[in-house]
Amino acid sequence: MKPLVSWLRFIWTTLTSMRTALILLLILGIAAMPGSLLPQRPTNPVGVADYLRAHPDYGPWLDRLDLFDVFGSAWFAAIYLLLFISLIGCILPRTAGYLREVRALPSPAPGRLSRLPGHTAAVLEGTDAATVLDAAEAHLRSQRYRVRREDDSISAERGYLRETGNLVFHICLVAMLIGLAWGSLFQFKGTAIVVEGQAFSNTLTQYDDFGAGAAFSASHLEPFTVRLDSFDVRFETGPVQTGAARDFNAHVSVSRPGESETTGSLQVNAPLQLGGDQVSLLGHGYAPVVTVKDGNGEVAFSGPVVFLPQDSNFRSDGVIKAPDARPERLAFQGVFLPTAVSGGASGMVSAFPDALSPELLLNAWSGPPKQETGAPENVYALDKTGLTQLMSEDGNPVSVALTPGTGYKLPAGLGSITFDGWKRWVKLQVSNTPGGWLVLGSVMLAVLGMAFSLTVKPRRLFVRVSGPGAAGARGDAGSSPADSTPDDSGVGIAVSVAGLDRVDGRGGLAEAVAALASACGIGATLTPTEDEEKR
Amino acid sequence: MIAYYSNLAMVTSAVLYLLAMTLHAAEWASARTAAVAEPELAVVGAGAPSEAPAPPASQRPTPNPRTEALGRTGLAITMIAAATHVTGVVLRGVAAERAPWGNMYEFITTSLAIAVIVYLVLALKFGMRWLGLPVTLLLTIGQGLAVTVFYVAVSDLMPALHSVWFVIHIIAAATSGAAFNIGAIAAILYLIRSRAEERGGLRGYLSRIPSAETLDRVSYRFHAFAFPLWTFTIAAGAIWAQYAWGRFWGWDPKETWSLVTWIIYAVYLHARATAGWKGRRAAIVAVVGVISFWFNFIGVNLLVSGLHSYAGI
Repeated sequence: MKPLVSWLRFIWTTLTSMRTALILLLILGIAAMPGSLLPQRPTNPVGVADYLRAHPDYGPWLDRLDLFDVFGSAWFAAIYLLLFISLIGCILPRTAGYLREVRALPSPAPGRLSRLPGHTAAVLEGTDAATVLDAAEAHLRSQRYRVRREDDSISAERGYLRETGNLVFHICLVAMLIGLAWGSLFQFKGTAIVVEGQAFSNTLTQYDDFGAGAAFSASHLEPFTVRLDSFDVRFETGPVQTGAARDFNAHVSVSRPGESETTGSLQVNAPLQLGGDQVSLLGHGYAPVVTVKDGNGEVAFSGPVVFLPQDSNFRSDGVIKAPDARPERLAFQGVFLPTAVSGGASGMVSAFPDALSPELLLNAWSGPPKQETGAPENVYALDKTGLTQLMSEDGNPVSVALTPGTGYKLPAGLGSITFDGWKRWVKLQVSNTPGGWLVLGSVMLAVLGMAFSLTVKPRRLFVRVSGPGAAGARGDAGSSPADSTPDDSGVGIAVSVAGLDRVDGRGGLAEAVAALASACGIGATLTPTEDEEKR
Repeated sequence: MIAYYSNLAMVTSAVLYLLAMTLHAAEWASARTAAVAEPELAVVGAGAPSEAPAPPASQRPTPNPRTEALGRTGLAITMIAAATHVTGVVLRGVAAERAPWGNMYEFITTSLAIAVIVYLVLALKFGMRWLGLPVTLLLTIGQGLAVTVFYVAVSDLMPALHSVWFVIHIIAAATSGAAFNIGAIAAILYLIRSRAEERGGLRGYLSRIPSAETLDRVSYRFHAFAFPLWTFTIAAGAIWAQYAWGRFWGWDPKETWSLVTWIIYAVYLHARATAGWKGRRAAIVAVVGVISFWFNFIGVNLLVSGLHSYAGI
């Protein structure tokens, strides 16, 4: 049992030492670096896959070390948990010591002040010890020192806020971690694409992708419906940064149970706050509106189809599927160009992100009807099994370019497609991270505490008198500073003043001691010491 | 038109900083020859008379008048450069009709303008002209990079920057950046000076800069100012991120490197209070901190793609 206890004690003292905390901090900093330099799964799964393909030799090893999910990895958690244990181990004893200190009076003045910085001494006549000490005490109290008055000396201290700030800062870091842990348990974040005129209801099935913490349950979702009425965009048309996004504004109608529908606007820096859930505008794109008629002349599909932007000028890819078309089901692979221009060898390209002269380029596929399996299908990709590409009469694959309002009749009487127009879509993110206010509050309080701990000057000042009237004068010890002219036998009393800064990197001690000395009635010149070198 | 004058002012200030730096370099060089009589004079830059009078062989603690004159001229030119520089930043804001902090070019010019103002206050009010050479070196490199590499013409902001936090977050970052850089300069001078003090050979310019202890204190003060402000910068950025992206922390490369920088400076502040780390090791940590800051500013924008990539660069 004994060895275990001493071993645990050893672990604890090692872990809570400043040196260990320093090393852990450094390791945490270094450990965070690969997370910013390598693609990370949570934010960039495609990047990770690309990286693994490009580096088949050592990529898997990096993966085994969790280097593609650094901030979710066990070893990263181990570092910061150790750090916070170390932090708590540092805070507890310091808080206890601090509480003792603020309740107690400052410790008594040292017997001999002459060795302390800023020491000044003089023999004063026509006064007595009590008067001098009264004056000193009044001065010190006006300077907001805590004063310990004894018969022949005063010891004063100020700057307790430094340690207060220090402790507040470190306690707030722990509170922040609790807030983060709380948030990560209950948080959720999901995105959904909503086309103009369509609506999003906050239920799990409506999300395109969704992630949540361990303690999340679907009942946490705030019930609401957001309809996208219209979406305005403005792009830079001037010569500088042409095509850069300048303004996004989504006009939405929000309905919540038991409330009448309200309209509002959703912008990049102005999310909607619905209960605890926040709806943010993350992205946008185009959805061409098409009508597909099948070989029987029936409408097999009609409506907007979400295309995903591929470049900064919104060349967008998408797939139009008409599985119900008869006799053959139909599918189209399309490219939407908001501002179509001829790009030379690379064919048609988009020259500007806004829809100035939109075109829809299509390839067509057909195949026998497929049995409904109910298996989920990627709406952005075309599964070509069972499909054959339609060929035009010259033997090349069908490739058509449609402008709004135009259509194309498929060969062999399979049907037709018309490009009716286009709509915009927005990518909405709904998120809720409880504990955010605890995190924010702790950080702000931590900054405040840090400011105090870095700027408050803890300082101690002392006065010692000896001679007539100084009851209980301690013989020679304090009364005869070497560099003053002691005159104990006369009517004068010897007064010496000095100060001490507990933290280096502080100026102004000499001035503080001089002010105290003059408050005591010493019109003395300072005894300069090495510590008092100006900045 | 206003944008043109802004550019002109920026380029002029970069050239003037270069001139001031040359003068300060000459000041250092002449101080060196003043203390130790060396047969070969160090290369003396513009503004120095070509026929330097041979310094007496005696060791002189006080600088010769020429050293002083070079230093004063350097400071005067820095003042003119600073006025031009600040004018450039203000005109940029006027031309863009917004706070001029929308891209790397605007950020670096603003941050350096803050740095030069702080330096001038230190030099004129507190006699800290000894910062002249390293500060003008920083300004020359920074302003030079700004007008050559980072320059972009005036344009509007992307939607993500339409926010009050744009002003709060970036001015805090620029100010703490300026303070971190000056703090790092003091830390580097501390490293040089403390080594010289240990070896006992305090010569030339090193004998004119303050003691290692004072340099350490100056460095600490700048870091003590910058660190809470940097913490605030990160917090303000997190609040902004909550509004713009619906999460306050997402391990975006810029966020990660802000945290790395923060951690390094936290190590610095703790190291100064830890036996065995005080002094040289702490100063080295401070220098690593400023390298991390610069990497966060340049490296993350240019090498890694993330949410903080605005306007190309």
